[in-house]
Amino acid sequence: MASAGNNTRALPWALVTPALAWTLLFFVLPFIAMGLSSLTAHEGGGFTLANYSQFFTDPSYWRAMVNSLEMTAIVTVISILLAYPFAWTLAEMVPERWQRLALMLAVLPFWTSYVVRSYSWLLVLAQNGVINRALTGLGVIGEPLQLANTRFATVTGFVHFFVMLLTLTIFANLKQLSPSYRKAAADLGAGPVRTFLHVVLPLTLPGIMVGAFLTFVLCIGDYITPQILGGNNELVMPQLVMMQIGRRGDFPLASALSIILMAVVTIAYLACARWLKIERA
Amino acid sequence: MTTNTRIPLSTLKSRLAAACATAALLLAAGAAQAADLNALIWCDHSDPALLQPFEQANNVKVNVKEFEGTGAGLAIVEQSQPGDWDVMVIDSIDVPRGVEKGLFEPLPEDKLPFADLFPEVKMDKSTIVDGKRYGITEKFGYNTIGFNKTKVDPADMQSLASLTSDKYKGKVAIYDYYLPVIGMAALAIGKKTADLTEADLPALKAELLKMKAYAKLVGEVTASQTALATGEVDILVGGGEWVTAGLAKENPALDFSIPKEGAVLWSQSLAMFKDSKNKDMALKFIQYILSPEGQARLATSSCYWGMPSNKKAALTDDQKKILRFDEQPGFLARAQAYPAPNADLDKKMQDMWTEMLQAQ
Repeated sequence: MASAGNNTRALPWALVTPALAWTLLFFVLPFIAMGLSSLTAHEGGGFTLANYSQFFTDPSYWRAMVNSLEMTAIVTVISILLAYPFAWTLAEMVPERWQRLALMLAVLPFWTSYVVRSYSWLLVLAQNGVINRALTGLGVIGEPLQLANTRFATVTGFVHFFVMLLTLTIFANLKQLSPSYRKAAADLGAGPVRTFLHVVLPLTLPGIMVGAFLTFVLCIGDYITPQILGGNNELVMPQLVMMQIGRRGDFPLASALSIILMAVVTIAYLACARWLKIERA
Repeated sequence: MTTNTRIPLSTLKSRLAAACATAALLLAAGAAQAADLNALIWCDHSDPALLQPFEQANNVKVNVKEFEGTGAGLAIVEQSQPGDWDVMVIDSIDVPRGVEKGLFEPLPEDKLPFADLFPEVKMDKSTIVDGKRYGITEKFGYNTIGFNKTKVDPADMQSLASLTSDKYKGKVAIYDYYLPVIGMAALAIGKKTADLTEADLPALKAELLKMKAYAKLVGEVTASQTALATGEVDILVGGGEWVTAGLAKENPALDFSIPKEGAVLWSQSLAMFKDSKNKDMALKFIQYILSPEGQARLATSSCYWGMPSNKKAALTDDQKKILRFDEQPGFLARAQAYPAPNADLDKKMQDMWTEMLQAQ
């Protein structure tokens, strides 16, 4: 009996051990190494808090975080506003037999390389790109607009990617929603708009929040899109991190900046998790 | 039971033969591995047209790993086992950083064609440490003004002042590498690049901010090259033959100038690792790269073109014309050294560059 009891207790541990070992080896240990590195002086080694103080005292470093947060917020909001109607249309208007195909078409952008997609946007938004040529050809503008190498270009590149991600999470949420909620609302005299605002939207908020959180995490940590589309006219945090490594190989400062970025993501996660917990309660 | 598990002599023999064959294969594989050459390189060295002739002639496989920036390259070395790497391409000004870390082997000057190099690019100040030579310049060029001659007046490109003139506002890209562009800013304000100190930073910062105000973008190699090639911009600050020469066939309108204020001379060196297990092969590789044939292939590598450091490089007349080979004595006379700040000034310069990038 005692042996059976031990086995019962051991089994769950045995099952989670590979996952724990994986997390320990490829997350916890590197994270500790990064933490220790961030507290080391680049020149000469030794303990220092200078890498952290540089971030908080140098306005151009601090500005990178502000840029990251601003850009991430804009991308997340625009992506939600575009993805929700798209997911709604897919879930409610498209016949079920076509939904699979429609979803596949929706996620097609994921199948192309991230770098290629960003460069493609650069060509679309360039001075001689499709948009400027079309607008000048139609006589809407006299001179080409500066679309590439701006924050607008970076946001466009991000939104193109994240709308699809959010569409998937919101679509899944909408499909799980029982039709009886809407029927009950209609029975009680609510019109379609009121039903949407007071029943459907609140019930799909978890899907929006999960998608928004994923968008936040992936967007704030992305280096490629701002690097290719932003024209380095403003730096975001991942660019600042990479900058420390290139020539000078300042891994301690790069580590400190990475940990600060990770702290921001953790705060966002805790806020999101707390909100979802409150919603469920 | 014992009888059943006993192995017959014939089986034992065949297993022994198999084991011997396996051992022989492993030894052969080991020998093949010993014939490998592991090189930490920049992208111009990964061109098969450069590597294959050497591999075939020496029956060796050159394994390459690309990196960008000395810091990233040295980090790869630190994360490797001693002896993993045989040769490294490095900014000539950064050779002392590798020597300080005890990574490099002195090069035998008598076995390398130093007499054939352009004297101005030997870079003895950086490549010789404590009387020993640790690096040999293999390729060089200029961080200067790259431009589209059908869109701008070439006469304007003879002065750095044009970079901050209203005539070209919004038509300029800046190459995203702080040292050479800070060097150009120094030239613009009449400072010698070799003499830059911390006291010069405020004036340099003002000049950089002025450049940024007139620029459309600040881009790394591919982005700035694309911007110039696609007509997004007409001028590239920090550009030179390394941007325009490789594109000359598709876009002959691209050119570069050495303005009256001068240009910044860049150069890359080859160094051999002290712990290399294939020093003979490593030396052969360096000799090949510095040979007239190797130099011509390296100079016209598919990743980027640049001037060969060996005057005897076997370039065709067309290639020489594109690289403006015959004008080199004049260019070299006007070029100034690549800024080589100490660690403290380097950090301050990078922070100043960050400030420039963030400026709106």
